[in-house]
Amino acid sequence: MPKVSEVCRQVRSKVAGPFWVTMDLMFDSQESYERYCQSPALSAENIGRIYDVDAAKVMHFPVPNLHVLKISYPRKMPQGGVEERDLHSGQQYTYIMDLELG
Amino acid sequence: MTTSSDFSPVKIYVPVGSLGVGIFPEEVEIALSRGPHAMAMDAGSTDSGAAYLAKGVSKNNRRAVKADLELLMAAQKKASIPILIGTSGQAGGDLNVNWTRDIVLEVAEELGYAPKIAVLYSEQSPQIVKKKLAEGKISNLPPLGDLTEETIDKCLHIVALMGPEPYFAALEAGADIIIGGRTSDPAVIGAFGLWKGAPPAACWHAGKVSECGGQSTSMTTGQRGVFIEIHEDGFDIEPLAPEAKATVHSISGHLLYENKDPWRLTEPGGVLDSTNSKYEQLTDTKVRVTGTRWEPKPYTMKLEGASGSLFQTIMIIGITDPNVLAEPQVFHDRMVSVLNARALSATDAEEGDFHISVRMYGWNGVNGVPPPPDTPRPREIGAMCVITAKSQEMASEIAKACNPYFFHMPIRDGLELPSYGLAFTPADIDRGPVYQFELNHVVSVDDPMELVRMEFVDVAAVRENVDA
Repeated sequence: MPKVSEVCRQVRSKVAGPFWVTMDLMFDSQESYERYCQSPALSAENIGRIYDVDAAKVMHFPVPNLHVLKISYPRKMPQGGVEERDLHSGQQYTYIMDLELG
Repeated sequence: MTTSSDFSPVKIYVPVGSLGVGIFPEEVEIALSRGPHAMAMDAGSTDSGAAYLAKGVSKNNRRAVKADLELLMAAQKKASIPILIGTSGQAGGDLNVNWTRDIVLEVAEELGYAPKIAVLYSEQSPQIVKKKLAEGKISNLPPLGDLTEETIDKCLHIVALMGPEPYFAALEAGADIIIGGRTSDPAVIGAFGLWKGAPPAACWHAGKVSECGGQSTSMTTGQRGVFIEIHEDGFDIEPLAPEAKATVHSISGHLLYENKDPWRLTEPGGVLDSTNSKYEQLTDTKVRVTGTRWEPKPYTMKLEGASGSLFQTIMIIGITDPNVLAEPQVFHDRMVSVLNARALSATDAEEGDFHISVRMYGWNGVNGVPPPPDTPRPREIGAMCVITAKSQEMASEIAKACNPYFFHMPIRDGLELPSYGLAFTPADIDRGPVYQFELNHVVSVDDPMELVRMEFVDVAAVRENVDA
């Protein structure tokens, strides 16, 4: 099974306002997009588990014309708090790069 | 406002993703040669955190903001078209706005002209926000819960996110330069077209796509500008740098950036819906966008508030000790436990008064989650100890108590006393308050100007005062 990093030309993450994070998985082809966009590895449950947030609040937005899957989830802690380590959430995507997509 | 029947295409020059990032002078020339009707951009956002709202200071340095204003105001003077600036001074609070206003006045003086300057304030007093709360006019946005008076009191500054209407009022009054407080980015860029009666969907969508300047083009940097032309069916967008291109991919893809939902954007007074937007490559460098919808909604303004009621002191060490590198997680866990015990035994602080975290850069500093067991040992680790307490004095006192342990704790008993790599003396750094955003709520208003104050600056009078 390929990893996210092997079927995406780019993956990025960023804050979407102080309380949300959004990740864009830009697949390398229409084929990869169609095949892996709905992979269980990218499910709300799994994303919720990886980022330690409520799965019910994880949102998926498939963008077929761009071969992009957008996943948004609430920040575990608001931006800039006591335990802040990634203010822009710009490094958060790295934790899904090795996920194996079934 | 004109009616749509006598509407003719509106051309807007967006010089830069954020005022002060650095406008390219040659782009201003190119833009002016295309006959824009207005120049519009934002000067900030919440991305860089709550400090700028809490402290009322800009993120960009004064000289850089002034340099951009010099270029734009020279263009304003030459072409007699208005400049619209949203979210002035990074956060758009009153202090941020006034800081920007003073630079504008300085540049006007240096250019030897007296533009009509409108200033739009949208900072809110705690009393007003509490009154709105009591009237049931404030509702929460996920993931936050209901607003409380206690949260309002924690905020050092609160702003309401303006829509385009206050800019209409300033334009109506003949403003040459509009210095806006906190504003929706698409609203400030879309404002001129909306004021001229251009289709709302095209104005808002054009504003959204160009809010980061050229970032939506092949230049992928907010330091570049774009030129937009809003017509009856949609809008065209093109970068200004000669080597840059707007492509269907870059323009349609920009709605993904920093947005939770790529299709529907809630704005003051409506929702921008790009579900059925069509993107067409008009030329090598220009894209046409049509089919976007605007759904009018009851008027709400988003509230943003920044608090700073906790304080931090930090210490940093560099570690190449092989005993630590062999077991970074063991070292981390022992350190956290030793420092917590030391804080309790050597200061007056009690459990719950403080928080200590140790971030092991080179190991798991960015997220703090223990890496898998087969992770290779790092070459070196930079460890940052972050002590948070209710006062700066307490954070500082705890840091001093922890100092010998953080710098010299062996990974296990019985080893020689190590000394980890220190770069500074003194080694503890009082970092100041922890600034946080507290609000994620919207307030309903009867009128878009209800929570906005508009003032005009009389340049001549300011000069007389200075001269006197």
